[in-house]
Amino acid sequence: MYRYDEFDLRFLDERVVQYRGQVARRLAGQLTEEEFRPLRLMNGLYLQLHAYMLRVSIPYGTLSSDQLRMLAHVARVYDKGYGHFTTRQNIQYNWIKLEETPDILADLAKVEMHGIQTSGNSFRNITTDPFAGVTADEIEDPRPWCEIIRQWSALHPEFSFLPRKFKIAVSAAQEHDRAAVKMHDLGLYLRRNAEGEVGFRVLIGGGLGRTPYLGLVLREFLPKRDLLAYLEAALRVYNQHGRRDNIFKARIKILVHALGIEKLRGEVEAEFAAMTTDKLELPEAAVYAIAKQFAPPPYADSSGDDALLERLTAAEKLFARWVRNNTHAHKAPGYAIVSISLKPPGRPPGDCSAGQMELIADLAEELSHAEIRVTHEQNLVLPHVRKRALHGLWLRLTEAGLGSANIGLASDIIACPGLDYCGLANARSIPIAQVLGERLAAREEAIGPLAIKISGCINACGHHHVGHIGILGLDKNGEEFYQITIGGSDDEHAAIGAIAGPAVAAKDVPGAVDRLIDTYLHLRRGEERFPETYRRLGMSPFKEALYAAG
Amino acid sequence: MAESAQKLATGNRLRDGVPVYFAGAGTWSPKVSDAVLVEAGAAEDLLEEAQRGETPLQAVGVELIEAVREGKRIVPVTLREKIRATGPTTPFGSR
Repeated sequence: MYRYDEFDLRFLDERVVQYRGQVARRLAGQLTEEEFRPLRLMNGLYLQLHAYMLRVSIPYGTLSSDQLRMLAHVARVYDKGYGHFTTRQNIQYNWIKLEETPDILADLAKVEMHGIQTSGNSFRNITTDPFAGVTADEIEDPRPWCEIIRQWSALHPEFSFLPRKFKIAVSAAQEHDRAAVKMHDLGLYLRRNAEGEVGFRVLIGGGLGRTPYLGLVLREFLPKRDLLAYLEAALRVYNQHGRRDNIFKARIKILVHALGIEKLRGEVEAEFAAMTTDKLELPEAAVYAIAKQFAPPPYADSSGDDALLERLTAAEKLFARWVRNNTHAHKAPGYAIVSISLKPPGRPPGDCSAGQMELIADLAEELSHAEIRVTHEQNLVLPHVRKRALHGLWLRLTEAGLGSANIGLASDIIACPGLDYCGLANARSIPIAQVLGERLAAREEAIGPLAIKISGCINACGHHHVGHIGILGLDKNGEEFYQITIGGSDDEHAAIGAIAGPAVAAKDVPGAVDRLIDTYLHLRRGEERFPETYRRLGMSPFKEALYAAG
Repeated sequence: MAESAQKLATGNRLRDGVPVYFAGAGTWSPKVSDAVLVEAGAAEDLLEEAQRGETPLQAVGVELIEAVREGKRIVPVTLREKIRATGPTTPFGSR
């Protein structure tokens, strides 16, 4: 894992001292809320319905066990004993007191953590494949590139006041996109060109929210050494031409579609070509030094693990189901990638108690080289587990309420905090997720892979546009209604879902989702997944079923 | 029987973000039923009074919301404000 150097550590300590002074001045009345708000937001502190909310950055979703223990400490000491993992691979705490935030940031700084890049019109947390570095289908580990972008982008003076926030995702997997790259302002796929050289395929202008778009190709192949210079060129074009007069039209996706991708590409390439003496080329030695910190851990000789696992799964059906749904192919023989579900049916998606975090930190130390990943689907991952350890791991997770064998299934629902917590929401998300999770859990194995995603407002933090079944909360004359979209996808077959028709009342959502799933089960061919059946048949049969009872 | 909607002033307490309600004479209460409730015509005066007082003001983001009196209780009209007043509708945490 990447460790901060002396400069980073000093910077963080100084930042805490600076922030402590800002909070003291605010509490003493020397700063107005208008003056203080941007200062707290730069440190990840929002004000929500019931309290302040602190969002802590987890760069590219990678955590050490020490860091996860500190997150548990923050939950226990400063919050109500739990944290909420987000769709940006971060964590947020919903019950924070302003007067305690300097101490929280001081504690976080001890383990190289902070709230920078979690708010404001600047770069947000760089995200990536939660299986980075351990999946067999990637060209190379994308995390060194995420770290290089993080170092370049964090507090970049030229880009500290962009027209709007800017999100970047990187993936090196060749078959599966687990990082929702096409839904980002700027997406990077590590790819090999005809000459065998590894570089980046660059996408631009993706995003969800009020105006959902998939990213368009800006450059088919970008040599690695030019990564930062090219990003700088793209960001300069955005900084110069992005709209600042209307917050709803300020994201780069609006600029991309207003100018057209050809014209935008021309602008970026011209800016890139004009860089001469100021062109930032990545020195190979610097890239190597960062990449070295992501070197894989020493894997043990695991001969015999596969046979042992086969015997154990044959003997215990529940364990076999967990292995089938929650473990994934690892590049090292005898090892597995383990997903820990934070979606026990009926509970708020993505929530994790302090005790659970501490247990996972212990398990990571014992079984996964002290490393944990956070997924944009609001689950956690132990990236390096020997197959012989899986059974014991499953038992301990199950005992702690973390044994749900539902990864990628109907109860593995993404949901934003919604109107229960969020100041922007129009309707609740969590209670809808809870009802659907409980209702669908019994038959989710028969349904197969299904992505249900719920947002409490059009800002789409619950990624509803790219759910196989998406659910968007609306306020209709003071009542909660939910608009349903169908056929979305956030993977390598990315698609924006289509609105099925008029929104349905909250009480009617479970029945509506049931009818959509029944239609799919009735019409699917063989192993066809929900979006494939939708693409083959179109909206008609689903719409008919959805509104049949109305 | 519930009366027609009136207005009250609310914000979040500066030091900890807890929703608070203007209770008159420069005071703020975490209980919505302590709020000063006025007719729409007097609402702007109430807002002005709520925003006066010591520096810093105890409440952040002060605004007017609609509420009704139900017996001894004051109940906000919108779901958002009901949730602000009474807390999330779902249990905390994952266990």
